Amino acid sequence: MKFGIVTFPGSNCDYDAFHAVTEVLGEEAVYLWHKDHDLQGADVVVLPGGFSYGDYLRAGAIARFSPIMQEVIAHAKSGGPVLGICNGFQIACEAGLLPGALMRNRDMKFISTPLLVRVENSGTLFTNRYTDGEILRLPVAHGEGRYFAPPPVLDELEQDGRVIFRYVTASGERTSAANPNGSERDIAGIVSEDGNVLGMMPHPERACSPLLGSEDGVRLLESILARVAA
Amino acid sequence: MPAFRVGVHIVPRKGLLDPQGKAVSDALHTLGFKSVKEVHVGRYIVIEADAGDAGAAAQDVTTMCSKLLANPVTEDFEIEPPVRA
Repeated sequence: MKFGIVTFPGSNCDYDAFHAVTEVLGEEAVYLWHKDHDLQGADVVVLPGGFSYGDYLRAGAIARFSPIMQEVIAHAKSGGPVLGICNGFQIACEAGLLPGALMRNRDMKFISTPLLVRVENSGTLFTNRYTDGEILRLPVAHGEGRYFAPPPVLDELEQDGRVIFRYVTASGERTSAANPNGSERDIAGIVSEDGNVLGMMPHPERACSPLLGSEDGVRLLESILARVAA
Repeated sequence: MPAFRVGVHIVPRKGLLDPQGKAVSDALHTLGFKSVKEVHVGRYIVIEADAGDAGAAAQDVTTMCSKLLANPVTEDFEIEPPVRA
């Protein structure tokens, strides 16, 4: 299976994603330059973390007009998997692939730390190698990660099982202290209506080796592999 | 076609948590400005563009706001009357 990893000016997790796909998962990966119009036959697109276009205007606002994003949007609309991590989540929201928006963190600080998220729905393209309620240790690194959507949209996301990761404590409880950025309903990751686009603030690609403190991110990639290769 | 200068104010939607505004409000209180009730921090964008007349310039900028300059989920915008550049 082939992963296409988009590099925008200012992306800084594209190599992390490339490493996770090629070295840990053992699959093929190509970098997709933001000015290109070709997904190079990628089965899965990764929108990586970073500060595309310097976060000018709003995080992700400019990136969505990149030539490559027109191809990514078409890929997503035809059911192709898209994994938006951190800045990639912001871009996916700006591009209308996911509802809502990511706003400035509740406490105004840039947060860079490992933390815990609970798997809320293990039935998705991205989580089928996890179990419901399982707690994962994943790093976050963002200044604008507070997920916001109007209450009816949040209700719909919850009812449809589209909230797939939530920030929790070590015992799996949802508390204000466990929520690092003030995200509505402790949301750390959601999927699109058709389930093929994932947006999440934590970085699974940076949690793929015991050397990095966690390998909890590996099964997210394996989940995609299990479904797409099947 | 004449050129117009149009100022746009983009502010966080009322009622949504605005930590930046809150921090500024707290600082103003610390300085003794007890009269301050609310502060919102947004962006001010100035656009210079050709248009048939002021109305057309305002209409163009409104479209720009809806499509790019403001996030329809979290922000509101106000356009100043266009002036000849």
